[in-house]
Amino acid sequence: MTWLRLALANLGLSPLTSGVNVVLMGLGTASIVLLLLAGSQLSETLSRDARAIDLVLGAQGSPTQLVLSTVYHADVPPGNIAQREAERWADDPRVETAIPLSLGDSVRGLRIVGTTSAYATLYGAGLAAGRFWERPMEAVVGAAAAESTGLDVESRFAGAHGLADAGHTHASRPYRVVGVLEPTGTVLDRLILTSLESVWTLHDDDLPAQRDAHADDEADHGEHEHDADHHPEADREITAMLIRYRSPLAAMTLPRDVNAGGSLQAASPAVEVSRILQLVGIGFDGLEAFSWVLIVTAALSVFAALYGSLRARRFDLAMLRCLGATRWELLSVLILEGVLLSAFGVALGFLAGHGAMELLGGWLESARGVALTGWTWTPAETMLLLGLFAVGAVAAALPAVQAYRTDVAATLAKA
Amino acid sequence: MAFAIEVTELRFAHGERTIVDIGRCQLASGQSMAVIGPSGCGKTTFLHLLAGLIRPRSGEIRILERDLSQLRGGDLDRFRGRHLGLVFQRLHLLPALTVHENVLLAQRLARVPMDPTRVEALFDRLNLTGLERHRPSMLSQGQAQRVAIARALVHGPELLMADEPTSALDDRHAEQALALLRESARAAGAALLVVTHDQRVRGHLGHELEMTTPA
Repeated sequence: MTWLRLALANLGLSPLTSGVNVVLMGLGTASIVLLLLAGSQLSETLSRDARAIDLVLGAQGSPTQLVLSTVYHADVPPGNIAQREAERWADDPRVETAIPLSLGDSVRGLRIVGTTSAYATLYGAGLAAGRFWERPMEAVVGAAAAESTGLDVESRFAGAHGLADAGHTHASRPYRVVGVLEPTGTVLDRLILTSLESVWTLHDDDLPAQRDAHADDEADHGEHEHDADHHPEADREITAMLIRYRSPLAAMTLPRDVNAGGSLQAASPAVEVSRILQLVGIGFDGLEAFSWVLIVTAALSVFAALYGSLRARRFDLAMLRCLGATRWELLSVLILEGVLLSAFGVALGFLAGHGAMELLGGWLESARGVALTGWTWTPAETMLLLGLFAVGAVAAALPAVQAYRTDVAATLAKA
Repeated sequence: MAFAIEVTELRFAHGERTIVDIGRCQLASGQSMAVIGPSGCGKTTFLHLLAGLIRPRSGEIRILERDLSQLRGGDLDRFRGRHLGLVFQRLHLLPALTVHENVLLAQRLARVPMDPTRVEALFDRLNLTGLERHRPSMLSQGQAQRVAIARALVHGPELLMADEPTSALDDRHAEQALALLRESARAAGAALLVVTHDQRVRGHLGHELEMTTPA
């Protein structure tokens, strides 16, 4: 026979009230947990994808668009740049590595990225099978891309023009898969890599006007006229150049020099990520405020339930004192009941929150290629856990003080 | 001679109105006594004073050779829990707990070691065997009173006090309840004090104290 047993028994005496309190607390907790999980994983994913990239050089326009399109592959690029001009910055002494990217084609919604093998190295990806490309029209498939499309070494596929699924297909020039990458948990897993030359070869067959426009406007490719006008080396275009600084000091000068230097734009993924997170954060804050309203409602409900039960329980409390319980023990048992109600609610909420995140993650992964999971724990959750226990204790505080102040003799005399 | 109760010049008042005024009252260990008086004469208040639930305006109360005025706060609660057993007219069994848990709770609050054999023997003697898992709401009045007596005795108190244990009962049950209290107290080696307005109690206990409404 313990205080815990007594507290549980008291809660069990009014199962409906207790149940409603637990569910209310659970709803509030679940929404906060969901937000914490989504927020932390989102920022983690965004930072992980941009970890090794200090600066992106690309066409002028929105820096956010440039970063979204070339680092996260989540937007269309603002346009193309001359490779020759980008290479000039690659040779700058402040730059350690510079990786060219050429975007424009896709297969089954997955982007085909013309680049060098250094791009895979950037994310620490090794080959799970096969080798890197050596000639044009050879491709290496990211781990998740291989899984979703079934592409494997020696498979052949035709790239579709544009980044959506509906584009014109380069059916006459299929790619051949020569390698599959190891999973990295980054955006790389959902990409198909090939050489820059592959992209150029395909698009040299296209109309020059189209090539200029295709990054901006992926859907509008109804008419295709092929012309044999091959561009000289000097006129080669790429979408962007990913830069890694030799020293952090470069961040002070290089972006400014690039932006002042003419046709190129330099965008910092770190700056853009924080801008995006700030925007997303406003929505998150609103949702979180709403979740706290739920928690406060639950706390009020716990308070009302305990306070309301005091009248019915005044003889119990008086009798406990007659049996030897101290005032502090009566106070403690009421606090314990409040904490138990919130603990059950919190347990329910954490289960529901993590479960919902896992469900949502599964859906997002298939629909958006964003890998979120419910089976993770963020440090903020530990704080939340302790905080919510405290909420239960605070909700029980006033009823507990009333129990502490029970006038035993007067209560028994009224019986 | 050891005394379970020693009261001298005890006065308790609500404002100007004197509720209890007792010059001297003693009960030796292991003895029994009935405090008999009309409703409103302050009997229940007297019992609450003896149990340390309220403090007297003046006078001395010694329970089991301890001066209650020397015990403060939690110490008084613990003393009450450890050494006294209380049975009220309204039994106040905790509705959330089973019969068995109600009795175990008293053992725990008395801070004596859990003793299942003692509980078992008590249930056997009070004819409660088989009711352990019942809720108080499922018991008859007689059964519930026996549970309340078991709860008051489970920790081996030296003084058992009952407030109006018979007034709601018919003659036959009143006599049974009284005999049960007397027998239980004797078996436990505890002194017994019964506070009542019920004249049927006369002659059943070793000593009697008449209480009248104070002037």
